[in-house]
Amino acid sequence: MNELNELMRNLLWLPKQASDYARSVDHLHFFVFGSAMIGAWTVVATTLVFIVRYRRRHALQSTEHVEPKPVHEAVFIGVPLALFLAFFAIGYPQYVELQTPPKGASDVYVMAKKWMWKFAYPGGPNSTDVLRVPVGRPVRLLLTSRDVIHSFFVPALRLKQDALPGRYTQTWFQASEPGRYPIFCAEYCGLGHSAMLGELVVMPAAEFDAWLDEQRRSNQVAAQDGQPVAAEEVDIRGNLVEQGRRIAAMQGCFKCHTVDGTQHIGPTWLDLYNRKVKLEDGRTIVADEAYITRSMMEPNAEVVAGYKPVMPTFQGKLSAPEAAAIVEFIKTLRTDAPTAEPQKGPIYVPISGK
Amino acid sequence: MSPSAASEAVYNSPNYLNAEAGIRSWLTTRDHKRIAVMYLGLVVAAFALGGFFALLIRVELLTPGPTIMDAMTYNRMFTLHGVIMIFLFMIPAIPGVFGNFFLPLMLGAQDVAFPRINLFTVYLYLIGAAIAVWGMIQGGTDTGWTFYTPYSTTTVTTVAPVLLGAFILGMSSILTGVNFIVTIHTLRAPGLTWMRLPLFVWAIYATSIIQVLATPVLGMTLLLVAVEKAFGFGIFDPARGGDPILFQHLFWFYSHPAVYIMVLPAMAVVSEVVQAFARKNIFGYKAVAFSSLGIAFVGFFVWGHHLFTSGQSTFASGIFGVLSMFVGIFTAIKVFNWTATLYKGAIHVAAPFVYFLGFLYFLMFGGLTGIALSTVSLDVHWQDTYFVVAHFHFIMVGATIMAFLAGLHYWWPKMFGRMYSERWALAAAVLVILGFNATFIPQFLLGNMGMPRRYYSYPEQFWPLNVASTAGASLLAFGFLIVLIYLVTSLVNGKVAGPNPWGSRGYEWNTPSPPNVLNFPETPVITRGAHEYQDPPAEATHAH
Amino acid sequence: MHTEAAGSPHLAHHFPSLEQQEHAARMGMWLFLSTEVLLFTVLFTAYAVYRYLFPVGFEAASRLAHVAVGATNTVVLITSSLTVALAIYYARRGDSRKTVALLAVTIAFGAVFMVLKAYEYHHHFVDGQLPGKFYHYAGLKGPGVSMYFTLYFLMTGLHGLHVLIGMGVLAWVAARAARGEFGRAYSTPVELGGLYWHLVDLIWIFLFPLLYLL
Repeated sequence: MNELNELMRNLLWLPKQASDYARSVDHLHFFVFGSAMIGAWTVVATTLVFIVRYRRRHALQSTEHVEPKPVHEAVFIGVPLALFLAFFAIGYPQYVELQTPPKGASDVYVMAKKWMWKFAYPGGPNSTDVLRVPVGRPVRLLLTSRDVIHSFFVPALRLKQDALPGRYTQTWFQASEPGRYPIFCAEYCGLGHSAMLGELVVMPAAEFDAWLDEQRRSNQVAAQDGQPVAAEEVDIRGNLVEQGRRIAAMQGCFKCHTVDGTQHIGPTWLDLYNRKVKLEDGRTIVADEAYITRSMMEPNAEVVAGYKPVMPTFQGKLSAPEAAAIVEFIKTLRTDAPTAEPQKGPIYVPISGK
Repeated sequence: MSPSAASEAVYNSPNYLNAEAGIRSWLTTRDHKRIAVMYLGLVVAAFALGGFFALLIRVELLTPGPTIMDAMTYNRMFTLHGVIMIFLFMIPAIPGVFGNFFLPLMLGAQDVAFPRINLFTVYLYLIGAAIAVWGMIQGGTDTGWTFYTPYSTTTVTTVAPVLLGAFILGMSSILTGVNFIVTIHTLRAPGLTWMRLPLFVWAIYATSIIQVLATPVLGMTLLLVAVEKAFGFGIFDPARGGDPILFQHLFWFYSHPAVYIMVLPAMAVVSEVVQAFARKNIFGYKAVAFSSLGIAFVGFFVWGHHLFTSGQSTFASGIFGVLSMFVGIFTAIKVFNWTATLYKGAIHVAAPFVYFLGFLYFLMFGGLTGIALSTVSLDVHWQDTYFVVAHFHFIMVGATIMAFLAGLHYWWPKMFGRMYSERWALAAAVLVILGFNATFIPQFLLGNMGMPRRYYSYPEQFWPLNVASTAGASLLAFGFLIVLIYLVTSLVNGKVAGPNPWGSRGYEWNTPSPPNVLNFPETPVITRGAHEYQDPPAEATHAH
Repeated sequence: MHTEAAGSPHLAHHFPSLEQQEHAARMGMWLFLSTEVLLFTVLFTAYAVYRYLFPVGFEAASRLAHVAVGATNTVVLITSSLTVALAIYYARRGDSRKTVALLAVTIAFGAVFMVLKAYEYHHHFVDGQLPGKFYHYAGLKGPGVSMYFTLYFLMTGLHGLHVLIGMGVLAWVAARAARGEFGRAYSTPVELGGLYWHLVDLIWIFLFPLLYLL
């Protein structure tokens, strides 16, 4: 049975089934696909047989008027109806199951915003774009959006739920296979819609518990509703550049700013420090510490020419030391710098076998 | 006189095309046939424009990263493609061209009920199209044709012109629907009872009902979006107590029936084509006629299947899912009846029939993917992925456009008095069908893999199927281009057609090719249904 | 069998008889009116949804509407429907003077309606009872209140626009009546104009209780 499952899954280019629910949905898929193919190709074959058998032999050939018997229409209606209702009778309960999280599921708050995913564990750490969950335990997601409608989509789980502004929606899953699975945004939300990629990391339960403990021990603040707050405080005595890089990654800066010179939604950070930049209002200024800091706090005040004013403000989200750490990091991004460490946010490792 | 000389004589005598010359006579015409030809020019131009944007989209998707444009341009491209194809082609094309031309001819009438309003719809189309296209190009609308709030009410791009343009186009659609309904009720020739109506008329009737009842809802909904964007009244803004999902319900309340506005006329056309080319009366006339009404009716109650993942209640999703199955049943009835019409027929495989086959197969496979989507749990995975894109393109291109081409080839000699090259037509039909498959089957698989819609860039595992799809699209475009070329050249070089080159017993063939300005010198009296091909031949349609 | 000779100058070439043409015109008008109803249905639906979500806010806000003015307007419109129905009656009898007079009275009632509406709007503006983000009336705050006014202005505004359109249509019909075009044989435009006006009245009859009384 497992081989048949894998055969059909590969035939239909479906991703790995990372939960039992995904497997059930796929079984329905195979049933629907199989019966639809049988029915449709039967009709195709019938038409081809008729075309050959009843081809026109002379121009004014006449044909008889064939009236259907009630049994014909009964079959034409009854057979598809029975089949379609069978599909529905299997699929709808699956949907109901998906909409009904079990008691005892642990919660994760998901906040979607242009163009990133923020996850927050109650009492636990926050993260951007990477959601870690344990294998074999039900997880309920409570989703909302900060701006427009987004949609949280994990193909491997066959799971999707819209994240709406102004209210919470919910969904749940129980992962059965450790691994890394892509998260996509499935509701068009603007420029960064296709860049709003995340990663679901399913870990063995013990590993997950250990990770969660470690995060909480070093955590100062735990937000309940996914408000973006840096998980660790900046240690002034430590490596500011490294901390700046980490904070920038966590705050999602790399969604819009590259570090290797590539054109993207915001100006690249490579060689930004002390660069002469032309602004939208025609002035030319130097991107020094003050300008970079101001761009984080009041991003629409001095927009670089050719870029859209879409950067959100980090006022209240970055403390002064954190902003400074980011500036220090930016200062090291020079084309002649010996060690520029490109960090493009979460690295998605393609899962093997589609 | 030899048959061809007789045809030439008919062709060169005054007909609706050459009776009055000059642009002004066309722009002020009240003749439904001239109005139909104007619609043909307009919708073909719209199709070419929408198709051009589709090709640009597919070229951009040739590589996972940026290929020929940036993200903002891409988002504007798919908006342009969707708005133009749906509002400027899919909704108006078959009713505007074939409905206008053939409804009066099939009813034994001299024109539609309101000829001046008919002309007015052409101008509404032009104005609405101009405003919408100008707005999208100049202001760069990037919302997609679905205008979901709050993105559409907060985007920096201009949305008002395209909303206004769509509103005006909606008025054109509504007035066409009103015109056709009244025509069918009040201008049937004596003896033409409802049960003798050509199936084309039944399906156009059902379409017109949807146009009249559904379009105003869209018009008002789009107006509310424009008002909200301009003034911030907050009807869809959660910060002021509004609900963005209300927009989705209102929008899809029109836009789901709208897809039946797009597919019912296609079904109308193929009912005629299959009877003519199988030279046989339809199997199950009543079932086919009433299933059109069934689709129109049930189609109003299924809009929530676009909202399965929106946070809609589980119960509502169940209702919408099961009702969606029923629409599929009406379509299944038609598919079986069209197939059964071939039984004991006298089938002639010419270009219109090849397009009919394409229509039948793509409607069937595409419709079945629609049923699959209605099972709710499967839709959760497929919603907003390329699976849905492939599904609706199977119906819109695979079914509707094949039917449009079937009708165009079937009725070309009647409308223009010329035959096109059958060899080129068959070759193009094969190209179109192959190109279509190559374009959209990979998209089903992309959807299964999980590639979302409206993605400008994508992860590498989606690369090969995207390349395949783009290759198919080029083939498809090439096929369409060939069709355009040989049809246009046939107007100059084509063999002059007689009144009935196909030997069809549809009522409209009892006129010269092309028809005169005055459809019928005397009101016909109908004594039998259309498309009766028994031996001895049934009575002629007209008693003189 | 020949098509009936066109005895009336109003008979179009494609209709076999004037009676059939008028039947078609009336059917077309009814279909068009149903599209107008559906246009308003969107707003009624939004009203229903938000009333359900904000029952307290809506009830409180609707007390700020001027019931006396609204009631007067209701009487004005209902009376105008009577006068337009009378206009149709006299048009059919060929009495063009009475037809024109009654149409003029109907239009005048329409103008009275618009003036009273303007008076109401002015008061709401002055008090800050405005839609959505413009709402700043200090006397009543809370969820749903600004939404009530959003719907109030959208629904009465769209209705007012249709009153103006109706007045225009009736003026055009009156001009034709003044030229003596209507009589026993032909009075369709008066009927159709009257139908439109009745719809405008009917919509108000639904708006008034929803916005003022509930």
